[in-house]
Amino acid sequence: MAESDTPAEPTRRDFLLHAAGAFGVVGVAAAAWPFIDQMNPDASTRALASVEVDISGVQPGQAITVMWRGKPVVIRNRTEKEVEEGKAVKLEELKDPLARNANADASADASDANRAAAGKENILVMTKVCTHLGCIPLDESGEFGGWFCPCHGSVYDTSGRIRSGPAPENLPIPPYAFLTDTKIRIG
Amino acid sequence: MSGHSTYVPRTALGKWFEARLPVVRLLHDTAVSYPTPRNLNALWTFGGILAMMLVVQIVTGIVLAMHYAADSRIAFQSVESIMRDVNWGWLIRYLHANGASMFFIAVYIHIFRGLYYGSYKPPREILWILGVIIYLLMMAAAFMGYVLPWGQMSFWGATVITNFFTALPIVGQPIQTLLIGGFSVDNATLNRFFSLHYLLPFLIAGVVVLHVWALHVVGQNNPLGIDVKSEKDTVPFTPYATSKDVMWIVLFMIFYGWFVFYQPNFLGHPDNYIEANPLSTPAHIVPEWYFLPFYAILRAIDFNIGPIDSKLGGVLAMFGAIAVLAFLPWLDTSKVRSGRFRPIFKVAFWLFGVNALFLGYLGSVKTDDILFHVPGLDYQAVVWAKLSTFYYFAYFLVILPVLGYIEKPKPLPVSINDAILAKSAPSSAH
Repeated sequence: MAESDTPAEPTRRDFLLHAAGAFGVVGVAAAAWPFIDQMNPDASTRALASVEVDISGVQPGQAITVMWRGKPVVIRNRTEKEVEEGKAVKLEELKDPLARNANADASADASDANRAAAGKENILVMTKVCTHLGCIPLDESGEFGGWFCPCHGSVYDTSGRIRSGPAPENLPIPPYAFLTDTKIRIG
Repeated sequence: MSGHSTYVPRTALGKWFEARLPVVRLLHDTAVSYPTPRNLNALWTFGGILAMMLVVQIVTGIVLAMHYAADSRIAFQSVESIMRDVNWGWLIRYLHANGASMFFIAVYIHIFRGLYYGSYKPPREILWILGVIIYLLMMAAAFMGYVLPWGQMSFWGATVITNFFTALPIVGQPIQTLLIGGFSVDNATLNRFFSLHYLLPFLIAGVVVLHVWALHVVGQNNPLGIDVKSEKDTVPFTPYATSKDVMWIVLFMIFYGWFVFYQPNFLGHPDNYIEANPLSTPAHIVPEWYFLPFYAILRAIDFNIGPIDSKLGGVLAMFGAIAVLAFLPWLDTSKVRSGRFRPIFKVAFWLFGVNALFLGYLGSVKTDDILFHVPGLDYQAVVWAKLSTFYYFAYFLVILPVLGYIEKPKPLPVSINDAILAKSAPSSAH
């Protein structure tokens, strides 16, 4: 390696060295990717994406819980009192002002109407997984008559909106649609 | 401290081997002729105790893996079958489960020994940081091991802890999905945790080799915290340190044995004998006892800090509580290592110890419990957790940096040998 004091033009050897190095980096990254991505849910897990539920037997004041993507989804037929309580809350009292409804606009506000099923204000469908650290809140409990998470004390109201405790967001509403008047498909 | 090797192979086979792979020389220099400060107290035997516990955990773990099935449908039953059917299965599982707790008891004593005697100070920074890495790996291994029996605490502990990552903005949710391999903790999670739980102990063993290597380059600290100056300050590792280590290992085994044979479930949680149910969260989720102080710190942050919401703030504080240990060599500005010669440090240190225990207690109660039914002190647990969390961080980030400048340490002895002679001089003079 004959080195001189003046910086020389890059040689063919420099070019080959850098090109080989760059290819090596890309190659290592490409080889590493399958070993990282194998940890993600595969297509068979992701395919479990929808369930159909018959809700004809759910009377006012009752709720059923179904599993969707390994998580419990509650479908509650709310009483008139619960709906009225949900509507009476002023939006500025809410910790999370967004509806968190996958069927509505992402910027929709968290009014009771935006949380309940479209055209069926008594039906509330939502993922019953606390937005704090993933525990399952208890039905019909807590000081707002909605849900209470026993793990770290988050309290949700009758629309499933976070009202007190450490949870940052309202309980999320999954994508769903009414197939008939009494049958819904989640996912 | 690594002087000239004194190993001389005596047999023909020994000489033949020595010329080809001098591994016997390495072991001799490491565990026989290695000079140790002559004033080491019993707290210096916990390194040996930890090495023993690592071996116990690996041996019992390999045996358990022969009978355990990492499948969410039968994992719980396979653990019950280990307890009821497998020959000696109850003993091996209790040794492993309580062994994890003993491992943490020993490591906490080992860490607090280092904190008091300034074992993290130059030239032992790398040694200390390797120790922090081992501690992190231990926590990961313990967490994943606790998930394997697939009981209620396993399942919900895994759910809560993997949900920590969702606190991170944008990347949080994809990271959590990647970690658990689905939309919720399930069979995919159990399988990968089993695989990693088997791997981590061997990673720990690897870092332990580096830890011991670094120790043998810089030499052991000692209760006086002063450097070894001559051969008079030291004794050979064997028989002096070896026999002391063995004695304390035996005492530790008695303590360990008492739990295994008389209180095998005292350190566990009864809810973990209920099979995991994704539809029902236990009323009161608590981690294993060795994580409780950090759990208390997590729950103490229930307020937003500027743009950081309470959830992210809690997770950052919890990880920060461990990460701060890695920076300790540069946070403590005092030139004096041993707490024996630092009157103000001593007070702050013992307060830190009591505070750490208190945080552990706070992690075990509900956040709205009233701890002291005394007028003026009848605050909710979360208020005490905030105070305790504040002192935890203040110790590292305020007290230790400032003390080095304002504290006047007591005079240090000239050498370890002088200090020992001075101690025995008054009686021998008469």
